[in-house]
Amino acid sequence: MNQFTISGSPHVHGEESTKKIMYSVVIAMLPMFLVSIYFFGLNALRVVAISVASCLLIEWLIQKYMIKGPNTISDGSALVTGMLLAFNVPANIPWWMLVIGAAVSIGIAKMSFGGLGKNPFNPALVGRVFMLISFPVAMTTWPVPHPVFSNTVLDAVTGPTPLGILKEGLAQGLTVEEITKNIDYIDFLIGNRGGSLAEMCAIAILIGGLFLIIRRVIDWQTPVIIIATVAIIAGICWLINPAQYVNPLYHILSGGLLLGAFFMATDMVTTPMTMGGKIVFSIGVGALTIIIRLWGAYPEGMSFAILIMNAFVPLINKGFKPKRFGVVKK
Amino acid sequence: MNPIKTFPKGGVHPEENKLSSDRPIERFPIPKQVIIPLGQCLGAPAEVIVNKGDTVKTGQLIGTAKGFISANVHSSVSGKVAKIDEVMDHTGYRKPAVFIDVEGDEWAEGIDTSDTIIRDITLSREEIIERVKTHGIVGMGGATFPTYVKLSIPKDKKADFVIINAAECEPYLTCDNRLLLERAEQFLIGVKILMKAVDAPKALIGIEKNKIDAARYLDKMIKSDSYYNGIEVQLLKTKYPQGGEKQLIKATTGREVPSGKLPIETGCVVVNVASTYAIYEAVQKNKPLISRIVTVTGKSLKRPANLEVRIGTPANLLIEACGGLPEDTANVINGGPMMGKSVSVTDFPVIKGTSGILMLNVKDAQPRTVGNCIRCGKCIQACPMGLEPYYLCRVSRQKDFESTESHNIMDCIECGSCEFTCPANIPLLDYIRFGKAKTGQIIRSRNQK
Repeated sequence: MNQFTISGSPHVHGEESTKKIMYSVVIAMLPMFLVSIYFFGLNALRVVAISVASCLLIEWLIQKYMIKGPNTISDGSALVTGMLLAFNVPANIPWWMLVIGAAVSIGIAKMSFGGLGKNPFNPALVGRVFMLISFPVAMTTWPVPHPVFSNTVLDAVTGPTPLGILKEGLAQGLTVEEITKNIDYIDFLIGNRGGSLAEMCAIAILIGGLFLIIRRVIDWQTPVIIIATVAIIAGICWLINPAQYVNPLYHILSGGLLLGAFFMATDMVTTPMTMGGKIVFSIGVGALTIIIRLWGAYPEGMSFAILIMNAFVPLINKGFKPKRFGVVKK
Repeated sequence: MNPIKTFPKGGVHPEENKLSSDRPIERFPIPKQVIIPLGQCLGAPAEVIVNKGDTVKTGQLIGTAKGFISANVHSSVSGKVAKIDEVMDHTGYRKPAVFIDVEGDEWAEGIDTSDTIIRDITLSREEIIERVKTHGIVGMGGATFPTYVKLSIPKDKKADFVIINAAECEPYLTCDNRLLLERAEQFLIGVKILMKAVDAPKALIGIEKNKIDAARYLDKMIKSDSYYNGIEVQLLKTKYPQGGEKQLIKATTGREVPSGKLPIETGCVVVNVASTYAIYEAVQKNKPLISRIVTVTGKSLKRPANLEVRIGTPANLLIEACGGLPEDTANVINGGPMMGKSVSVTDFPVIKGTSGILMLNVKDAQPRTVGNCIRCGKCIQACPMGLEPYYLCRVSRQKDFESTESHNIMDCIECGSCEFTCPANIPLLDYIRFGKAKTGQIIRSRNQK
């Protein structure tokens, strides 16, 4: 006699899975990874390898010896965290700082809350901000991009990021025009500028982001609204006083804005559930980012903006419910 | 035809797998014994009025409705009552049923068994509704709600539309599609009968776009004959749950059934295709609901088919006739894959609500590891009722029935779109069903006080 499965309906499944989503994100990050290898060579490989390996190892250890649950490292989420953390640090970061960052990302920001899906804050960003505050010098010393096929030997040269140049220059009393006269936006697009491992190349980020949007892993609204908010606020300031404020394009293409907008503000776990909530979240991220950049102490504000908005997610989820069918709002 | 329409929010698009859509309806031979369960409708089971040893004729009443929401049961064959005993039906529970040993096929008096199509509707409104009631007609899409209750419109309400649910949004099922193609005339007369019964000036037939041939065929028939005035075909997007009653009303008329209310609030009466055909037979031919078309299907099944079967025929006979139970069958389902019920045995009897017998293979029905909710919100996007399945699941698990109620759990139509999309494979609907049942109990007991 046959034994049949007895289960509640529905009996078929859409075949989407957490694993597929996570590995889609990994695939989407490959262009950035390749670009980082192009600009930073073996150093990029080293940073990504250390970060990913420590994230996987820490999750495995905690899952095995503290939570005593099934092995979860194959779900891909620790891999994504590891890659994102690596992409958010300078290429010449010492290995032990990276291991500490990974431990904070996975151990504190993710596993202490119960693992995948339970963390209120983006693990990679928690790790990054922890490193930024703990090792401010190492985290803000950016090696100058140095394409692997070029002949010049510039290994030990470091330089500031575009946003750093701007903040420094303005502090010295220079005008925006004087600071940015040597800027070539083509360099911004391909990533030939100072910055974290993979935040520089706008094209690589857009390719990955587009892939995720087409694959329906992320929605297009979140990145578009974040970028638009930044552009609008930066634009208004620029129109009022172009000597003090740089044009919006400079803001969009510099710093971690694109990387954050496509890969971190879209993290399912730490962002609101409904579209209404996502819109509010995105406006908040965009506004906080540009506020920190223009008037804050740090030249870059993307990580802080996303983490601050992460904290508001439960509140946003309470306030933004889907429109109920057949229920008229009183 | 009008431009294509759909319901506004949510829904999913499962693989259609309409394997049997070009298989003509075949009359399945009468088996040696039928088992007719007395509880074949949503509501109270019928009360048996025959005894062991009695001789019954095809179409003879053997169980009478008990209560308002209940339906008569008729013998689907002629022969001798072998016993009145319990049988395990598709729900997995043992329920009372009448076992009849078949002898010939002698019909009860007054039933027109000829193939002539009768177009003139001579019965009055009240007589039609009475006929629908006495002849045991229920919603044959699977919900098995007694149809006469729907047609009995409260005095202070008025029906503007009869809406025929021809969406057949469940994957695999094709019985309604075949019926529309092969018995279009009888079906359309059935629609006219319904319009007369509820005094509605218009009827809309909602058909999903994947049945475009049926839609075109009906549209041509309607336009070529003034007899069908008032009937319109409305093409709908192929999207599940397009055939959900509330979704269908919204899609075809733009009206939204208020939460907790019945469709008649919006002036709509929704009837399924097979039920409409059964109403034609009951009203014009005096034939009770004793047979139905069943889609027997599955990816590994040798010969998927649409069979016209007498009620009470054991399902395993149909499976045998279609090439036997495939080796890799993991799950046998009474109905479609989205809302059907999985059964533990294959010899359950076909009832009025059995729209399909589906054999899912191991690959499609594989057990999936349940993971943590990653708060992706896909369930919210998929919910056609605008609910938050992840939240309802969580509070149902916590038995927090105040939160389930305040978050509209009673509006859940149990379509399963949420669970279908969930990347973490969380059995959302299982928990929500539990929460909904409990919340319903609490609400009812509170209202009784």
